[in-house]
Amino acid sequence: MFDEIKILQHQGKQFIPDVTKVNLPVSFAVGRPEIAEDITAENAKLAKAICPTQAIENEPFSIDLGKCTYCMECVRICGKDKINFTNDYKTATNVRERLIVKAGEKHPITIDQSLVRPEIKKLFKNSLKLRQVSAGGDNSQEWELGATNNVNFDCSRFGIDFVASPRHADGIVITGPITENMAEPLQICYDAIPEPKLIILVGTDAISGGIFEGSPALNRSFLDKNTIDLYVPGSLIHPLTFVNGVLEMIGQI
Amino acid sequence: MKTIETKNNIPVDLADVPIHTYAIFFEIVSALMKNKTVHCTTYFAFENKTNLQFICCLADDATSSLHLLSHQMPIDALEPIEALTKKINAFHIFEREIAENFGVEFKNHPWLKPVRYAKNRANSEKQINNYPFFKIDGFDTHEVGVGPIHAGIIEPGHFRFSCHGEIVHHLEIQLGFQHRGIEKLYLTKPHLLQRTILTENIAGDTAIGHTLAFVNMMEALYGIEKDIRWVKMDMLRSLALEVERIAIHVGDMSNLCLDVAYQLGNAVFGALRTPVINFFQFWCGNRFAKGLLRVGYNPHPFTPQLMERLVKILEEFDIKYMEMQHKTFTLPSVLNRFEKCGILNMEQMDMIGAVGMSARMTGISRDVRASHPFNYYEHLAYEPVLLETGDVYARAMMRNLEIQKSMAYIRTMLSQIYRLNVEEPQKYRADIYDKKMIPNQICVSLTEGWRGEICHTGITNEKGDLMHYKVKDPSMHNWTALALALRQNEISDFPINNKSFDLSYCGHDL
Repeated sequence: MFDEIKILQHQGKQFIPDVTKVNLPVSFAVGRPEIAEDITAENAKLAKAICPTQAIENEPFSIDLGKCTYCMECVRICGKDKINFTNDYKTATNVRERLIVKAGEKHPITIDQSLVRPEIKKLFKNSLKLRQVSAGGDNSQEWELGATNNVNFDCSRFGIDFVASPRHADGIVITGPITENMAEPLQICYDAIPEPKLIILVGTDAISGGIFEGSPALNRSFLDKNTIDLYVPGSLIHPLTFVNGVLEMIGQI
Repeated sequence: MKTIETKNNIPVDLADVPIHTYAIFFEIVSALMKNKTVHCTTYFAFENKTNLQFICCLADDATSSLHLLSHQMPIDALEPIEALTKKINAFHIFEREIAENFGVEFKNHPWLKPVRYAKNRANSEKQINNYPFFKIDGFDTHEVGVGPIHAGIIEPGHFRFSCHGEIVHHLEIQLGFQHRGIEKLYLTKPHLLQRTILTENIAGDTAIGHTLAFVNMMEALYGIEKDIRWVKMDMLRSLALEVERIAIHVGDMSNLCLDVAYQLGNAVFGALRTPVINFFQFWCGNRFAKGLLRVGYNPHPFTPQLMERLVKILEEFDIKYMEMQHKTFTLPSVLNRFEKCGILNMEQMDMIGAVGMSARMTGISRDVRASHPFNYYEHLAYEPVLLETGDVYARAMMRNLEIQKSMAYIRTMLSQIYRLNVEEPQKYRADIYDKKMIPNQICVSLTEGWRGEICHTGITNEKGDLMHYKVKDPSMHNWTALALALRQNEISDFPINNKSFDLSYCGHDL
């Protein structure tokens, strides 16, 4: 027993007391980008040409975080003073267009509360049980979703849990670009969740197909048929992005 | 000439790969495979003009050499050929894959079941959702189907258990749900950057393992000259691979504890993973090290501050990890679940061509770091960890010992970094994007990811672009090990067995 106490003592307290106020180190440079207004046409053209997932548009210059794989190649071309990925990890939103960050914009990415269905806040504020479906996910987003309930982030304390059956769930969390071979299981799982229910897309692959966009082995028709309640961007999301996005959506913060 | 001999990451002219008649090919492969130190790293077919060319790579672990040989047949006149599997079981998965993708018939193959229901399969009538599983019939027998979607936050795959009471007689595994068409995307996404990012997403938990195989090969195919500065580059890349190994292994230790309801181990190992993956975040901004490796240069220099941080992390990790592993592996309630559960032996693992931890846990010395050294491993003289019992305990202990070994090797590298009085190439290389690869080459690249042997093969056409790209994740071989481990075990021991292998669904399905 003394061994165990010693181990616990060595571990100390590790939980993050307030997940909404964490200051991530500057090296976490894959948050919301800020693009200088005076980015030159030449730079913009080069950046658009190099972008592996066509996440960059010109006139006005913008980066779509729903498509971005955060490879930082555009930063290398244009310089950090022109495109700067900040450590602002609160990038989850329920409006797809808000993931498109235009040159000169410095405001945070937020959730449009008027679009959150009233029953979501009413029913799920203190207890939200989620079912996770990996539909072509590469197991990194899945690890990070698992991390949302580890000793650091501990999202169970907010009533947010991942459950083993769709029958127990209030919503579905999708990772991966949605493969053709997973399209039917995904639909069956969604159908088995009782109403009202929500859909959360986690990661670039789920939101836009990411690097897999255009592959004939995908079938993303599920997304056309349903309304998405939350987009959590990141080519590897940070657990804090997910936790903050969900808390804001259900009205805990 | 029977085969052309090359080494890890050394390209050869495709035209120099001998093309034999199938009978002779069969004979040469059978003869080489009789040697205990030889195993097949990849065997695939690709469309080369009007022919379907079959390329086989046999690795001799004793001499660090790779033997390439091939046979071919006209695409419009495919003929049935005798299955190698009948003689050498380890070929079963390769022949299944070729049969699925091209409709080649392998005579006397015991089980030509589709591997992953690939989009480009020859027979699209076959659908993943109506596959006829093996059936069991008789008194007290029953079947249990699990998946494709599982209870936890993991990837999809279907497991069908044929049981007699609580005892599993057969486990059939159906994969393919994760198939994203990666190998085809290498050809339809022409840009090197796109291909690099594609590689990082083959299996996100092995971003370094796979991307290292890719960048090593691309640097060979682009003909990048490697001067003295590249020794440092190689060291940093090997270092990253070992950090990845520690991060995933310790995460798996946490999950193994979870599956035997050992809460303290689950929480502590889980917490210990955090500083390790956070180190990657400090290094390259991504906790799974996506973006760390690029062809031709190092975009994320290893600064003295980073080095200091790594030393400090290791120091703290070492103390906390060692006391926790000691407690775990001396706790009777944990050992009771780990020991003699899901036992496999050397003969079985040799038969299925197992690689990585699955091979080493039964005493087979198969580790690319030692046998076909890449990057800095040449300078480290790596010695693989070998165990014998082949049970869940061995798979857990394998991770435990490999974590300790990786820490030791990282320390060795850090102590040698001062001696390398050079800076690795750090200048952004956009020029490489306009370059062509050396035309008409074939290159095999092997790395030892935390799961085991990763094999990438690239073939260039006469214009200096990719004609074919082939990926093999260690899971291709090792899923069969899980199926065999379950036989005569209680079905309730499935989760702990599954976790003890922790194989990749997406790496297999591609």
